[in-house]
Formats: sequence, C-alpha cells, structure tokens
Amino acid sequence: MKKTYIAPNIERNSAGNMNKYGAKSVVRHQDNIEGVPISQLVKDHGSPLIVLSEAQMRKRYRRLLDVMKMHYPKVELAWSYKTNYLGAVCNIFHQEGARAEVVSRMEYEMARRLGIEGKDIIFNGPGKSPQALRIAIQESALIHIDHLDELYMIEKLAREMDMVPQVAIRVNMDTGISPQWTRFGFNYENGEAYRTVQRLLSGKTMKLRGLHTHIGTFILDANAYYWAAKALLDLAQRIEQEHDVVLEYIDMGGGFASQNTLHAQYTPGEFASPSFDQYASAIGNAFNESSFVSKNVPTLILETGRALVDEAGSLISSVLGKKNLPTGERAIILDAGVNTAITAWWYKLKVLPTRSFPGAYQNTIFYGPLCMNIDVIRPAVPFPDLHFGDTVVISPTGAYNNTQWMQFIEYRPQILLITETGQVELLRESETLQDVIARERIPEHLSKI
Amino acid sequence: MDYSKLQNLAMNDNGFIFDPASGYSYTSNETGLYIMKLLAMGKDKDAICQQLMEDYEVSEDNFDSDFEHYMLMLEALGLVEF
Repeated sequence: MKKTYIAPNIERNSAGNMNKYGAKSVVRHQDNIEGVPISQLVKDHGSPLIVLSEAQMRKRYRRLLDVMKMHYPKVELAWSYKTNYLGAVCNIFHQEGARAEVVSRMEYEMARRLGIEGKDIIFNGPGKSPQALRIAIQESALIHIDHLDELYMIEKLAREMDMVPQVAIRVNMDTGISPQWTRFGFNYENGEAYRTVQRLLSGKTMKLRGLHTHIGTFILDANAYYWAAKALLDLAQRIEQEHDVVLEYIDMGGGFASQNTLHAQYTPGEFASPSFDQYASAIGNAFNESSFVSKNVPTLILETGRALVDEAGSLISSVLGKKNLPTGERAIILDAGVNTAITAWWYKLKVLPTRSFPGAYQNTIFYGPLCMNIDVIRPAVPFPDLHFGDTVVISPTGAYNNTQWMQFIEYRPQILLITETGQVELLRESETLQDVIARERIPEHLSKI
Repeated sequence: MDYSKLQNLAMNDNGFIFDPASGYSYTSNETGLYIMKLLAMGKDKDAICQQLMEDYEVSEDNFDSDFEHYMLMLEALGLVEF
C-alpha cells in the first residue's frame, strides 16, 4: 500500500523565536464545535457553513452582567442588533433580559417582529428617517438624538402627533484614545452637548431621559470608559443643578473588544483585549465616584455586542485547491471568502485544521473564492499541507459577519445553531438563485435575447 | 543546477539535517527528506517523480508544482544553486 503524500518541506532550525507570551508553534486542530463533530456537520449541511453556539452567547451575557453588577448594581444590557440580527440570536439575548438596541428602521422592524415593545427599544444611529422617527415616537421607543436636524424633526413630529417623545442625547468626547470618534452625537468638551440639552429642554416637547455615548469600537484601553462615564455623569449633574431634570439612565454604548486580534496588533487578542472585569472596573469607578450617582442611582446601560457574540461563531470552510506562490508561501483557496467572513479585513482570524496532520508546517495564505485580490481570509500563517476537500475552522466570526456579508458572486451559506443541549438547529437556509433575483425586474424589450 | 552541497549534509531518518560547512541545521518532513536523498544521489526530476509515485499516493500533476516549490525553498536556504 502506498504511503500518504505530504508536500515536501524544509525549514532552517532557529532558537530564540519564542516570544514572551510563549505562543505555541504547533498548530493544533479542532474537530468539533460544542461537541458536535465538524465532519458530521459538513456531511449533513455542506460547506461553507456558519455555526453559532447558544451556550457561548448565554455564558458571555451572564458573565458580563455578573461582573458589571459587582461594580455597579443597577445595570441593564441592550442587544446590539447590528452585530448579529438573526432572529434566534436576538431572542437568546432577549430571553436573558436584554432590551433591543437598533440603528435603523430595518432593525427597528426586526425588533418589533420579535415582539419587543417600543419602550424596550433603544433607537440609535445617525440616519433616522422622519417615517422611522414617527413610528418610534408613537411606540414610546427611547430615541437617542444624534444631531440638531434630528432634534428639530422630533420636535416637529411631537407637535403634529401631540405626543411626548422619550429621548436621550448622544455625546462624544475625548477619552484619551485614538481615533477619537466625533461623528456621533454632540461634543462634550466644546459645550455643544450641554447647549443641545438646553435647547431640547427649552422646546418643552420631549422628555429627556438619559445620556448616551459610543466612544468607538474594539476599545483595547478599558480606561477610556472611565473618562467617558465621568464626562456623562458630570453632564448629568450639571443638567440636574441647572435645570432640575434628573436623568434616569447613562448609556455607555458598546465597543468592548472580543478575543480577536487586529491586523496591526502584535500581541494576540487573548492577551491584549481587556477582560469584562477591566471594563466593568473602569465604568464602575467613575459611577462610584460620582455624586450624581450617589444621589440618584441612574440605570447603567451597556450595548456591547461584539464581546458577547464573536466567540460564539465559527465558519467551516473547505479547501478547493492549493498553489505555491512565487514568494515561497503556499496558498489555499477556500470555498468561503470575505463575502462570508468580512471581519477578515480587520482581524487575524484563527484558522485551524479539523484533523491532526503529521510533519512540518509552511507559511500558508488562505484565500476565498472571489475574483478579488483582497479576498484574503488570513495572511501567512504556519499550516500543515492541506488537500482538496479538507476542512478548516475559522473563528471567532460571530459578530458582524452575517450582517455585513456581501452578495458578491456567491450564495450565502447556511447558518446553524448548536443549542445548549447539543441539538443542531437550522437558523437560515443557504440561498438559491431565487433569493438573489426575487426583487429583480427585466423590462419587456430586454426579456428576450 | 548544482546539488553538490546536498552530498555533504548529514541527514537523519527522522528529518534532522545538519550542514557541517555552515553549522546550520534543518528540519524536513518525510517527503522533503526523500527528495533530498535522491537529489544527493544525482537523480533528476523525472526519476524522482517516478520513484515517488511508486511509493506515495500522488499524481504527477500534483507533484510537479510541489517539486518546483521545494527547489525554490532549497535554493533560498543555499542548499542548491541554480
């Protein structure tokens, strides 16, 4: 019987390459997700395949809430729909007690479809249409005002509808990190935020219930949240002192980092990303130092999505081919690319084989199936020799991938959920041509060729 | 192509290779070692391919690209000269 062939490889031995974190040079493999064999998942459902873990989502939600409550007891979480708005995923977080945090009319309608009442919806985002605002006012949603034109529009609608909109002001500020996000809301340092509050209160058309900020995304310095919380609480205190209006809640937005590693980041995400406890400690310190908090005990709301769902998602993909590049690296072509895993553009996603391989590894680039040079799932990483039909697991991919995915030359794949009891549930069928062309029309004169 | 350096290497059956001329050591996988030994014996690409296909489950097309790639690796390490 002939022996199994592995592409020839040779490497010069060198000492001292281990970094201070002692990262392993051996590529381990992952043959199951939450105990379900990957080979079985691919056999039953094909490839590529997005797999989510219910247990991971619930575990991370409860962990974040528990840790936050150790630092400040009156805390609520809101599920950030844009991170992953599959109905089943949203309902997992709603079952845990989360409100809905939406940023568009589409997301608002998604939340309502799932039975979330308007009063439990936080309506963020910079581009709310008058139609969307009208519905949100009608249903008493919490509207977070992003700019003055929106404030004027809400005032106009409130008068027309003879209703009192429930609102908060979005505030941006310098938290010591770069880049400083200044596009959302009103600036704190130059007084714009306070002037907006004055303007809002003088209009006497809406109820100001809270303050909100969204300081950025994938924030690797937990202390930025201390400065953000301090600014909002100082502003809340000034509003109480000068207008006798006591705000009910302080919404710190999202932005907690997952365990992913940014491309520009040297240190792996599992070491560099702050823990829930570090974020909670930073926010809790600001709250516990504030005299506004000690007097009024406002609700602290967090909208962090990525840190709750990223690690719950994996993408299984199969090898379509391999080639040797003139650079000396090996290239693998997978059946899933950045159309399915768009976060590959920001993160060094973890790619693992699904079975053990003998022998040495070679620097390997993972490309997707798209005819785009930028369709790179993972730049060079030491990897064993893969063959047609082998599978790999790409993770963490639970956040933003099935909301930002692209309809470019391929059908979107199936999405599965592995439940807490290990059952495999279908969350979204793979697409067909009909899904892609259903809304398309071909004029009569172009209908024949 | 000059394969004379390969004849001076100490090759262990487990893939550990030592170059007494430079002091460098290398690790090769099974097929890499197999090819180096045949190159050191003076075999050409066709002969190596024929022998490898008798011993391993691989097609000529599949091997061809891998062989060229391996030659580039050996050249980059200064073990063969074009």
